[in-house]
Amino acid sequence: MNSFTLTQATAIDEALRDKASHDNSAYLGGGTNLIDLMKENVARPTHLTSLHKLPLSQIERAPDGGLRLGALATNAETAYHPEVEKHYPLLSQTILAGATPQLRNMATDGGNLMQRTRCYYFYDLATPCNKREPGTGCSAIGGYNRIHAILGASEQCIATHPSDMCVALAALEAVVQVSGPDGERRIKFEDFHRLPGERPELDNTLQPGELITAVDLPEKGFAKHFTYLKLRDRTSYAFAAVSVAAALELDGNTIREARLALGGVAHKPWRSKEAEALLVGRPATVETFRQAADQVVKGAVGQGSNDFKIELARRAVVRALKQATEMNYELDENAFLNSNP
Amino acid sequence: MKQTIAAPPVIRLGTDYIGKPVSRVEGLAKVTGAAKYAAEFNVPDLLYGYVVSSPIAKGKITRIHADEVLALSGVLQVFSHENVPSLAWFDRSYKDDLAPGGSPFRPLHDAEILFSQQPVALVVAETFELARYAASLLRVEYAAEAHETDIEKKRDDGYEPGRGKSGFMPPPKPRGNPNEAYKNAAHQHEAEYIHLAQHNNPLENFATTVEWLGEGKKLNIFDKTQGAMNVQQYLTKIFGLSKEEARVISKFTGGAFGAGLRPQYQVFLAVLAALALERSVRVSLTRQQMFSLGHRPHTLQYLKLGANENGGLEAVHHAALAETSQFEDFTEVVVNWSGLLYQCENVKLDYQLTKIDANSPIDMRAPGAATGSFALESAMDELAYKAGVDPLDFRLLNYAERDQNMNKEFSSKKLRECYHQGAARFGWEKRNPTPRSMRDGNWLIGYGMATGCWDATQQKAAAKASLTADGHLMVSSASNDIGTGTYTIMTQIAAQTLGLPLEAVTFRLGDTELPEAPVQGGSWTAASVGTAVQAACQALGKKLLKLAQQLADSPLQGAAFEDVQFVDGVIRLNEDISRRVGIAELLDASGEEKVEAEATTGPNMLKQQPYSMHSHNAVFVEVRVDEDLGTVHVARVVNAVAAGRILNPKTARSQVLGSVVWGIGMALMEESIMDHGFGRYINHSLAEYHIPVMADIHTIDVVLVEEEDDIVNPLGVKGIGEIGFVGVAAAVANAVFHATGKRVRDLPVSLDKLL
Ligand SMILES: Cc1cc2nc3c(=O)[nH]c(=O)nc-3n(C[C@H](O)[C@H](O)[C@H](O)COP(=O)(O)OP(=O)(O)OC[C@H]3O[C@@H](n4cnc5c(N)ncnc54)[C@H](O)[C@@H]3O)c2cc1C
Ligand code: SF4
Repeated sequence: MNSFTLTQATAIDEALRDKASHDNSAYLGGGTNLIDLMKENVARPTHLTSLHKLPLSQIERAPDGGLRLGALATNAETAYHPEVEKHYPLLSQTILAGATPQLRNMATDGGNLMQRTRCYYFYDLATPCNKREPGTGCSAIGGYNRIHAILGASEQCIATHPSDMCVALAALEAVVQVSGPDGERRIKFEDFHRLPGERPELDNTLQPGELITAVDLPEKGFAKHFTYLKLRDRTSYAFAAVSVAAALELDGNTIREARLALGGVAHKPWRSKEAEALLVGRPATVETFRQAADQVVKGAVGQGSNDFKIELARRAVVRALKQATEMNYELDENAFLNSNP
Repeated sequence: MKQTIAAPPVIRLGTDYIGKPVSRVEGLAKVTGAAKYAAEFNVPDLLYGYVVSSPIAKGKITRIHADEVLALSGVLQVFSHENVPSLAWFDRSYKDDLAPGGSPFRPLHDAEILFSQQPVALVVAETFELARYAASLLRVEYAAEAHETDIEKKRDDGYEPGRGKSGFMPPPKPRGNPNEAYKNAAHQHEAEYIHLAQHNNPLENFATTVEWLGEGKKLNIFDKTQGAMNVQQYLTKIFGLSKEEARVISKFTGGAFGAGLRPQYQVFLAVLAALALERSVRVSLTRQQMFSLGHRPHTLQYLKLGANENGGLEAVHHAALAETSQFEDFTEVVVNWSGLLYQCENVKLDYQLTKIDANSPIDMRAPGAATGSFALESAMDELAYKAGVDPLDFRLLNYAERDQNMNKEFSSKKLRECYHQGAARFGWEKRNPTPRSMRDGNWLIGYGMATGCWDATQQKAAAKASLTADGHLMVSSASNDIGTGTYTIMTQIAAQTLGLPLEAVTFRLGDTELPEAPVQGGSWTAASVGTAVQAACQALGKKLLKLAQQLADSPLQGAAFEDVQFVDGVIRLNEDISRRVGIAELLDASGEEKVEAEATTGPNMLKQQPYSMHSHNAVFVEVRVDEDLGTVHVARVVNAVAAGRILNPKTARSQVLGSVVWGIGMALMEESIMDHGFGRYINHSLAEYHIPVMADIHTIDVVLVEEEDDIVNPLGVKGIGEIGFVGVAAAVANAVFHATGKRVRDLPVSLDKLL
């Protein structure tokens, strides 16, 4: 870790200016990812603009009727917020499936979106990595890649985005609210994270200097039939091998609307609109779910140690859709707490 | 001292502590932070050393750009092979008590790289942060050479290691005619079992703080270790220090599980820097660096078992091939158990090593037994199915009444009681023998069981007991407490032996200025140090009796030591307990400042020679496996353990609980992934090297089956730190088979293997 200076910004403008006026600077949220990366010398900023004092930790109704999550709201505050629990229980469930209580108390919603991959090689300076040092090569290809991507990878990088929360945000069609040197803009969640392609060093489409100020949830929360199914190597405190966020709107046994997103399988939360389209208008049966699952993994490629994830993802999609169908959150508020294998 | 003292009133203090669930005597100190660990001694003017580790597995250092780093203000020195002062010349000087055969690793000795993450330099600076930063800037150039870290590629280079390491027993010679017996067996089973390397990963990071007290004065070396004496003798030989000059202190150890049995390189580096800079120095390792401290070796095991029509075991062939480093022959007892645990006339056991470019493995909880029992007990389960016998009945049917390896009686063996009591507690009779026959919705339910065995050994140890006029008893021995409860049980033994209240007794350990004791390991501390503590207290008791008999009209006149008892703060006659002398009053009357005694004890070879001495356990496990998704939950474990006399059921139970958690980890998640391209463990953090978390642990039921055994040692204890772990991994894997019909022979049983 190198030594660094730190400024506590108190207003958005000030944060933007402070960051811009220092070379090699970074925003500091909860620090649960950035500080670790600095200790490993993966990130070496010489200046940090701390966001802690920004007035961005509120969770409130958004102008369009949805909910606005301030970028500085912690993951724990978000998961346990009554509005989130009531209208967006899928989001609560994904957050609580991640990390540990200690980490969730520190981690911010903005930081969660921005957290970097857990690829072993990315973290280990003794090995080449295109994401850490473009052009050096990808050690995971042909190496040990149990936690790597089966969808949307490139020859430059096969890393996955590790967030659980973001899988729900993808399924719920959240919108990321951003302030930057050129003013404010809104980024649709599906456009926020990117695939590695030829530029694996870029995780997302945020531009240099831009700051996430909020994440907006549209009004529709799918609060009745939903599931977040997270499969991992131990029951808690492990990143997903494969995870599935499923949300349905049912009319009797017919699927009216469907959302399906996967974690642990790609460089971004992997939403499958094709599979969703396949579900809509069909009966909520295992047969339908299987077809959707096949659609999700169409084109999936294993890298060796992660070959199993293709089949696991298929099965997980079927199970998640089944659980979402059977669950009725309005009747049983504890249902989601007991739904994980 | 010719005076009379009145007999004290009878007060029931209840000084019988052995066998009672006494809470940890050091518990308060631990939870309040008063207990200090090696990296917490904030001595004045401390310097900090940060280790630079090799990114390559094999080759040479060609250049170290130390000048660039030394230019930073606050950086004092960069130690490397280029500037290390000349130390002991012979590599045997680097041999510690637990060194295996071969030539030990010598930190910063030369340009040679022997394993990835080998320490190549120590950067010393005024602050930890600066040392760490400077270390990150240090440019080291290497000439890499081709390495081989894959044991699979070295299968054909196996060789039989020599005795080398203390405590290692090569497999016994074959008995009977195993090949023939296998060929003729009605039921045959043959398979290979594998686990990758695993790392000890104690919670406390390895660290050493060396306190420099001035030119020619001693060093106080606060080290994380399981054996202060072992560290001291290592340091004195290498650095040419006297024992007085190198005082090693290790009063609290936050787990070690074997990783602290040998002096680790941080203690070498910290002492090196302190002596060279004449300053106090601390070196602490990161979690990542701790993956270079040794590991349970990646081991391939081949099992061939044959049984007759009735399920009687006819043939056992167990062969193991384990990795070791290029420079040492790390050995452990992996296969011998297979000739010991079951009655069988035809047995062949082979144990070989093969060299790879990695650091030497190190003992890791139940070393060898954990490995061997996984293969043997999985194979026994497989053969039981083939023979159509219930796995528990199969083991009872082949119960060994005698140690056939050594051709000796057992000093005691209540394994049968473990089977019976464990099975009853578990409800084994409810098991439907057919795999995949028990379910609950998506969950497939499986019952599995296995057996474990461990050695009951005693080492030479010394202790000192000192009773002061204020009635306080101080007992000491240079042993260690790695969280096992040593402080507590030694206090209990001392208090009971002299009939004093627990609060009046303090036990000291972890300091080389105390009487000599072996490293804390092998589950031998209770037996070894406990016996010494008891003997020292008895010697003290004899002195007290003598003093009491010098009183005028002593009520104990003419009594031999055997005729009296030390209970409730008095010495009294066995035959007439009203004839007694109060210990406090006696000290008072005698005018002695203190009464002291020392004792050194060791195993009674003559008594033990005819016997085979072991602890045993029977583990029963219920798993629930998600049929579609392959996730495994260990819903219930019953672990019935026979380990001699139980000194403290509370601390003993804790040891077994921890053992079961370890077993679940070994079974379901622990593995150190070697990336053979880099020759480097790649999941070297606790985020990616998975050990169980609370959510993975459900009901654990510990059954302590007491054994009376006056052969193992006078206390009758066999030790309980390791036995509870043996067999657990196999029991889990066997339960998974029963649940799913899938046999996983390469640990861990991760979900991908069950899809
Ligand atoms: C051991 C461990 C286990 C974990 N397990 C899980 C898990 O199972 N599932 C899971 O989802 N997560 C897990 N996490 C990750 C955790 O969720 C993230 O570390 C956390 O969400 C990051 O938030 P933060 O506020 O601490 O970010 P920081 O560490 O402060 O920042 C992370 C990055 O985001 C940038 N940043 C922060 N805020 C903003 C902003 N407002 N605008 C623009 N950029 C910003 C920073 O510059 C930095 O680059 C785990 C983490 C650890 C350490
Ligand atoms: S997968 Fe991506 S992050 Fe991992 S080594 Fe390859 S380039 Fe680096």
